[in-house]
Amino acid sequence: MKLNKKQKPKVAIIDYEMCNLFSVNHSCLHVGLEAHITSDISFILKSDGVILPGVGAFGDAMKNMKRFDLINPIKDFIATGKPFMGICLGMQLLMSESEEFGIFKGLDIINGTVVKFRSKKSDGSIIKVPQVGWNAIYNHKNEDSDAWRNTALENLKNGEYMYFVHSFFVVPSDDSVVLSLTRYEETEFCSSIVCKNITAFQFHPEKSAIEGIKIYRNWAKIVEIDKENRLNE
Amino acid sequence: MAKTIRIIPRLDIKGPNLVKGIHLEGLRVLGKPEQYARYYYETGADELIYMDIVASLYERNSLHDLIMRTAREIFVPLTVGGGLRTIDDIRDVLRAGADKVCLNTAAIKNPGIIRDAARKFGSSTIIVSIEAIRQPDGKYLAYTDNGREYTGLEVLEWAKRAEEFGAGEIMITSVDREGTGLGYDVALTKKIAEAVSIPVIACGGAGKLEHIEMVISEGKADAVAIASLLHYDFIKYHKVEIYTSREGNVEFLESGRAFSKVSSANLKEIKSYLLVKGYPCRHLS
Repeated sequence: MKLNKKQKPKVAIIDYEMCNLFSVNHSCLHVGLEAHITSDISFILKSDGVILPGVGAFGDAMKNMKRFDLINPIKDFIATGKPFMGICLGMQLLMSESEEFGIFKGLDIINGTVVKFRSKKSDGSIIKVPQVGWNAIYNHKNEDSDAWRNTALENLKNGEYMYFVHSFFVVPSDDSVVLSLTRYEETEFCSSIVCKNITAFQFHPEKSAIEGIKIYRNWAKIVEIDKENRLNE
Repeated sequence: MAKTIRIIPRLDIKGPNLVKGIHLEGLRVLGKPEQYARYYYETGADELIYMDIVASLYERNSLHDLIMRTAREIFVPLTVGGGLRTIDDIRDVLRAGADKVCLNTAAIKNPGIIRDAARKFGSSTIIVSIEAIRQPDGKYLAYTDNGREYTGLEVLEWAKRAEEFGAGEIMITSVDREGTGLGYDVALTKKIAEAVSIPVIACGGAGKLEHIEMVISEGKADAVAIASLLHYDFIKYHKVEIYTSREGNVEFLESGRAFSKVSSANLKEIKSYLLVKGYPCRHLS
């Protein structure tokens, strides 16, 4: 048992040619995860945790997923109950569909849609889209300061700033999966979700300084505990 | 709630050194860039920009090493610019750990590179940098090579085209103001910020806190790049490390003089100031 415990948890960062994976990889290494950038299906399925990052267009991403034959392996991995993290486009892809340049089907793992920010405020002035920059994330249930306990956001300040780059956001059908909310101009949107073994962020924890690294550390702990529980079964 | 303003330290790099000039010329060596970068990261920089302002091919490797060393310890977006000519150049700096790239000369010579790069790496990865010089007739024209090469392009038209080609952000530098400490060119920034729907980073001229406020309130900048104002504050309170090669003009550093043209400040002071004035920004407690 002891020997196994010493082994770092193995995490697969899925490479489907949709973004620069350097900072995700580095954040994982920084918090003691053994990270591998890969599109190898058997490796993904054997990993202790999987990260689906992504930047760019929803339609292209789904196309690439098909090309790399990754759709079913991702669903199979999630079905094992092992920790899964989606980042940015990697969060949006989990939804049923997106309205980006027409309607695209998503992985359909979480019920809901992906919609675009409005381009004008109610007074007619321009809203800069994409949202690029730091914005605050809030507890879904504001009054409950413990709302983030045992999640990847544990010990973060309610209202902590995170780094965002996006034009679209998710609208889950079931409110209970919403982990945090964020306001951009006049829109309040879901900036992170947690649903069983899935955690997903619209923002980039790997670019959100020390507090972002805290999220990776929390998630690494979740992966470690999950791995230990599996070994003890 | 208004948008959160980004404060972005800009570090001009020549060879292994951080340098600073006036109007992008007359460079002084200020020390090891990573020493400054680490300090800015720790005190609340929202992003960082490394601009390789000489960008000669034989120095490429030292820039790569610098990006790698920086990206390992700094977890905020890092933009790298200067001398990136091809898709392969862009891929190389992204692989070394940059999150975004800044294009100027290459984009002006061939705007198609914006589209190709945006397609390959995502729009949000591509910043088009415009170096503007005000003409006697009041027009602003875009220049390349640190304000030395005339292009004849009118900046507003160019900014709009860059957006159409898929740029994710525009960085607008007033070469006239750069390094002078006289304040940003507010009129120029406003012109661009109101004409495009992508974020605009104002650059060049910050000499005191009021200048930063002004380019946000009146110039409508979404982000501000700051160099001298931060660098000279760092020098005031820290022992600066220099590479032993003693390459370049190190006289300023050795003289121990202050730079009289700016009232320097650190990131915490800048952000506290902006918060008091009612501009939301991420501040470290």
